[in-house]
Amino acid sequence: MKTLLDLFFTFAKMGAVTFGGGYAMLPILQREVVEKRSWATNEELMDYYAIGQCTPGIIAVNTATFIGNKIAGWLGGIVATLGIVFPSLVIIIIIAAVISNFADLPVVKNAFAGIRVCVCVLIFNAVVKLWKGAVKDIPTLIIFLAVFALSAFTDISIVIIVIAAGISGIIIKAVKGEFK
Amino acid sequence: MIYLRLFFEFFKTGLFAIGGGLATLPFLYEMSDNTGWFTYQQLADMVAISESTPGPMGVNMATYVGYTVCGIPGAIVATLGLITPSIITILIIATMLKKFRDSPWVTSMFYALRPASAGFIANACLSVVLIAIITVDEFKQSGNIADLFDLKGVIMAVVLLVLTNVKPLNKLHPIVYLAAAAVVGVVFKFAGA
Repeated sequence: MKTLLDLFFTFAKMGAVTFGGGYAMLPILQREVVEKRSWATNEELMDYYAIGQCTPGIIAVNTATFIGNKIAGWLGGIVATLGIVFPSLVIIIIIAAVISNFADLPVVKNAFAGIRVCVCVLIFNAVVKLWKGAVKDIPTLIIFLAVFALSAFTDISIVIIVIAAGISGIIIKAVKGEFK
Repeated sequence: MIYLRLFFEFFKTGLFAIGGGLATLPFLYEMSDNTGWFTYQQLADMVAISESTPGPMGVNMATYVGYTVCGIPGAIVATLGLITPSIITILIIATMLKKFRDSPWVTSMFYALRPASAGFIANACLSVVLIAIITVDEFKQSGNIADLFDLKGVIMAVVLLVLTNVKPLNKLHPIVYLAAAAVVGVVFKFAGA
């Protein structure tokens, strides 16, 4: 029970301070889940993000379900997910009920322009941390660069890129004779 | 009955919208056409608010639409509808992964999926940079290279980059930096508003 409560409140806290999509959550996940609580490693986070990319639903929710499930089984997965959506529910309901022109308020616009700059820097730091665990040799470097270029400059579906990357992993390991 | 419909519509969105919160947008346009629950204009407002409030954007959108359609119960039902397919799919995948974790198929796939994942995140980083620091539109209008960068944004980005990487400040929680950035944004009018 204590673990479930801990999961709920940790993910609720993360939901409350994530601005933007699931990627913006990554730096906070690294701090709360990897560094502070050791619930998952950086490598596992990357696995979850890769799977979250090509499975139904929102990445932030998928990642929460994964980690919750790892710590406390199915119930843990559900509780962590409810935790991450809880702040959204409360905050959006309040805003929808009270301030309809919230996004047009100058103070909100300015604050979020500032927050966005910070989010860039935090995600950049997160990528640097992930890089160390993911890019270990020439093939993985090529995959990193190829995926970055394909997702930045083409309209190829993320699902296809992820599947192609997975297949290339099997081929590379087979060619290197490490497929066992 | 409307609750059932709301749950089902968002269940469908959660099931077919693959990737980030923005992937839910096309489904919401379709929902607007099919149900008449909200207009495109309302949807645009909801996107703006969802982007400027904490929480994953897709979840914020579901909550907002649900609330617009039938109040607080609607908000809860829509959000639960959105996350249910995720929970089911991920629990199944996680269970299978546990079973096959040491299979060469799985380890080889993850060997490549990790750098791929880092590549996607690097791209996400680039797209935030394009919105937050680089002002392409102004550059296109004036052709002046100095207009390509938002000077205030660049300065703050560099300062934050240094602060988040030097000891002992790198141990500060990311929330501290986000809050400080919001304050700086308001004080120096980052959006020009």
